[in-house]
Amino acid sequence: MAYSYQLKRVDFIFRNENDWEKVLSNTIKKKPDEIINELISSELKGRGGAGFPTGLKWKLTAESKSKEKYVICNADEGEPGTFKDREILTKVPYKVLTAMAVCGYVTGAKEGFIYLRGEYKFLEEELNKTIDEFQYYCQEINLDFKIKIFMGSGAYICGEETALMESMEGRRGEPRNKPPFPTQAGYRKKPTVINNVETLVHTWTIFKYGAKKFYDLGVQYSRGTKLFSVSGDTPKPGIYELELGMSLQDFVYEFGDGDTKAVQVGGASGFLVPRKKFKDTAIGYEGKLVGISLPTGGSMMLFNSSRSMFNVLDNYLEFFREESCGQCTPCRVGCQQLLLGIKAVKRGEKPASYLDKLLKLTETMQLTAKCGLGQSVANSFSSIVENFREEMIY
Amino acid sequence: MNPIKSLIKDLADLHGRHRENLLPVMQGVVQKEKFLSEYSMIEIAREMDIPAAEVFGTATFYSFLETKPAGKYIIRICKTITCAMKGKNQLLFAIQDMLKIKTGETTPDKRFTLLETNCLGWCHKAPAMLINDDVYTEVTPEKVREILTNYMKENI
Amino acid sequence: MDKKVNITINGFPVELKKGKTILEAAEEQGIKIPTLCYHKDLCVAGNCRVCVVEVVGQKRLSAACATPCEDGMEILTNSLKVRNSRKHIIELILAEHNADCTKCYRNGNCELQELSSEYKIMTQDFIELAPLKNYTIDMYSPSIMKDDSKCIKCQRCVRTCAELQGVNALTVAYKGDHMRISTFFEKAMNDVVCTNCGQCVNHCPTGALVERNYIEEVWGAISDPTKHVVVQTAPAVRVGLGEEMGMKPGERVTGKMVAALRRLGFDSVLDTDFTADLTIVEEGTELLTRLKKALVEKDKSIRIPMITSCSPGWIKYIEHLYPDNLDNLSTCKSPQQMFGALAKTYYAKARNIEPEDIVSVSIMPCTAKKYEAHRPEMHDSGYRDVDYVLTTRELAIMVKQAGLDFDKLAPAKFDRLMGDSTGAGVIFGATGGVMEAALRTAYELVTGRDVPFENLNIAPVRGMEGVRKASIKIENPLEEWAFLDGVELKCAVAHGLVNAKKIMDAIKAGEADFHFVEIMACPGGCLGGGGQPIPTNPEIRQKRAEAIYAEDADLPIRKSHENPEVQKLYKDFLKEPLGEISHHLLHTKYTKRERF
Repeated sequence: MAYSYQLKRVDFIFRNENDWEKVLSNTIKKKPDEIINELISSELKGRGGAGFPTGLKWKLTAESKSKEKYVICNADEGEPGTFKDREILTKVPYKVLTAMAVCGYVTGAKEGFIYLRGEYKFLEEELNKTIDEFQYYCQEINLDFKIKIFMGSGAYICGEETALMESMEGRRGEPRNKPPFPTQAGYRKKPTVINNVETLVHTWTIFKYGAKKFYDLGVQYSRGTKLFSVSGDTPKPGIYELELGMSLQDFVYEFGDGDTKAVQVGGASGFLVPRKKFKDTAIGYEGKLVGISLPTGGSMMLFNSSRSMFNVLDNYLEFFREESCGQCTPCRVGCQQLLLGIKAVKRGEKPASYLDKLLKLTETMQLTAKCGLGQSVANSFSSIVENFREEMIY
Repeated sequence: MNPIKSLIKDLADLHGRHRENLLPVMQGVVQKEKFLSEYSMIEIAREMDIPAAEVFGTATFYSFLETKPAGKYIIRICKTITCAMKGKNQLLFAIQDMLKIKTGETTPDKRFTLLETNCLGWCHKAPAMLINDDVYTEVTPEKVREILTNYMKENI
Repeated sequence: MDKKVNITINGFPVELKKGKTILEAAEEQGIKIPTLCYHKDLCVAGNCRVCVVEVVGQKRLSAACATPCEDGMEILTNSLKVRNSRKHIIELILAEHNADCTKCYRNGNCELQELSSEYKIMTQDFIELAPLKNYTIDMYSPSIMKDDSKCIKCQRCVRTCAELQGVNALTVAYKGDHMRISTFFEKAMNDVVCTNCGQCVNHCPTGALVERNYIEEVWGAISDPTKHVVVQTAPAVRVGLGEEMGMKPGERVTGKMVAALRRLGFDSVLDTDFTADLTIVEEGTELLTRLKKALVEKDKSIRIPMITSCSPGWIKYIEHLYPDNLDNLSTCKSPQQMFGALAKTYYAKARNIEPEDIVSVSIMPCTAKKYEAHRPEMHDSGYRDVDYVLTTRELAIMVKQAGLDFDKLAPAKFDRLMGDSTGAGVIFGATGGVMEAALRTAYELVTGRDVPFENLNIAPVRGMEGVRKASIKIENPLEEWAFLDGVELKCAVAHGLVNAKKIMDAIKAGEADFHFVEIMACPGGCLGGGGQPIPTNPEIRQKRAEAIYAEDADLPIRKSHENPEVQKLYKDFLKEPLGEISHHLLHTKYTKRERF
């Protein structure tokens, strides 16, 4: 039987350190292979939600043969309940820039982009100033790496990496077929590393403190720390850096308002966990933690007993119906059917058994949708409908 | 030269005329004009040598690239879950009441457009809204009246 | 050596070349995986998801059209998981689709209908979405109708318009539940850069894009005893119509088609090939005259290369996209419109019929011809020159409505006066055909000898390459054409408007030194036209092309200027090529149009 750690607060990400120049110049003294091995041994996984091993991603891109390569920092933070990347870019942007430059050094990319969501346009000016300072230093140490900001314009789906690249190429943000993956053919069809803002900051921590320090935090399969965006019915909403692997029960002790009925882990595309399953749920990547283990991009939304789970699901589904890019059938039509379907059941126009038909539909969406958006609608839908069926009907 | 035409030319000079420069150019027009009119899109298509239908198709994908006439100040109220839980509707009613417009409409003096939008990334300080690029959080009906009054006082 | 991969499909081992998709691998094994958004003419989209298959060991299903085979893959194309998902997806598409099949133009030839019948979708549990969306039907174009309620958003039309035609009249607009196929600013098809080529219609799997049909109007004319209804048939129709009648692609049905038209009640069954021959005489003369003016008289106002003007989709394209090059176009009307103008003048006079009593119908492989006949300038006979244009598909519908057993019809011959044609007229239906026909005539006109190719087959201009170039050196010309001695006549052929763009850009940039260029709007030329049987794909186009060239080879006369009826027409009526009557009836002007 696996076990879980208690909630442990840590402070790496926002620790204000004025030595980024030293971290950068020291890191690029190492061979690219050494840096990649360091990242691989840290077991850092992508913090955007999907959890792909970061070291491997860099390695694959480094190995792709191309004169032209790119590094992209995904700052299209659109998952409901997530706001950590904004805070990182406000407070410690130079850590992100340093990590991008190191990634460029490791992979052979000479250009990097920060894809910043349109909703965060107010960050652009400050961030550009930081980039200017940063570039100045790069010149000083003869590091050939340019960083630019690319502004998004209000489309959740552009957080999906290939949709983001389509958007950067001036098109509709519609996810591509995979393979090929970005490490082979990404932005401008060239090998591209695309990492979440937070992931990049963790690599900075690893560059500075070493892989061991990072590895020693968290639990097996879920190493290191993670930023959590806490919102909803909580007396202390905000951003918290915690070690991975805690149980949801511990989390609710810390952040609940005493009446927590359920927690949505991972935003609208994540899972809703009802009170009775708090104990058996751990926060981390898939692995042998207690009962089920839920990955998250960091969104933790708490609901107390005053909330109607029907309204919550209704809100999510409206979100997905609008934010689906619309290209693939299961997602475009599926989202509309789910939303209209639960409303029809609620109004008594469809029998309660129609919910089972919709649950089957989410299975199909999970199996067949072209990208993560359509695939993950099933998560919140099934976890809410299965755990709060009465609320859907009456 | 027509001001929109010259704006588009300047933007294309600044960002480039490749397909990948389309978003920055459209964003630049929206920044200035608040929305992309039929005329603007045709001019962008002409200036950048991109089919007009493609410009339209791309513009309509992005919710911040308005294609309907909009006011000087675009108010976007976050409607996603946490903001919805924390009083988004009261906020919306207060604004509708004050500006005498419904969601999706623009005031007759073309100063304010009221829209709802998806998650703005301020869930810990819900409800949140944007007025153009500026963020307002933990907005109450009282607070929003005050904010809008200040905008109204500003010269056109 | 090519790398091989080994996979299994439904448990059976398969060895194949690396780089193939699962769909292609399955097809090679004779296993059909259903598709909707996939089309052999187009890039892979992978968005309808009906082609999903199970790759053992993977959590999710894969789109067969978009997934390359990897060594060791175990693929299941019909597992329970696949079947259930696929059925679900078909149900979803149907929920979004106005499935009023009995009232649909594509009833009986709809890929979605076929698929739902195959999977026996007998119930509809999902909520119907089409009624919630306020769709309206765009019926403003004389060529094409667009009904969004029947659209399944596979984006084939958008890819067709962009990849095959480079027109981009159609786009995907909005997102999520509002996502739809749209023109610029949701305008009517008739008000945007649409060339009416109908390739979108030919590639649409459902009834969302169909031709504007004039079947009832034509039946009305036929049954009106006061009207004399003449019908002309384009060269490509006779190699396509058989497919609609259940025959294999590539069957030549010229005689049966004539017999059928007569039985439908047309008063006179004539041949567009006749005016194709006429076009060659006019256009060949125009080319030589232009060359003389440009090369001898150094007249700067003469634009070289001269470009063909037979394809109305191409004409609309150049009017929109290269309006500065309209003077490069031959002023010759298309064979359809030459025929129309003559039917209500020459033919009416010869047959002693009042032109106002003539209804002129044409059967075309084309939807752009409908628009062409509709142009205000096409009234040179004093009446609308061509009253109704039907596609190959519409003719097939009429034949079926009349209850004719097409297969059993005894072949018949065209009526006289404007029914005779040569092999040169026939090959107008294939890309390169106008060029070949023109060269056969022009070379002989200039030198008095046959073109120097075996059996008159000018192989370099044939084929399916998007842009083809050829040149013929003129030696020992007749005295009148002495200035052409030693001139290497340079020609180019393009089909599919995306290839036309390549040539036009080269001409605009001054990088092309052609004298004569043939452009056809549709891939393969008219035989791949937007009005041809559905499906049309590369293999089918190839078969139709072979049939066209076989038809040419079988005809006794293969040079346009030797067409006896054409010679008679000049003797009795037109007097001479590019003469005054020709100028009035057979030539036209073009209109500059907005690009956006």
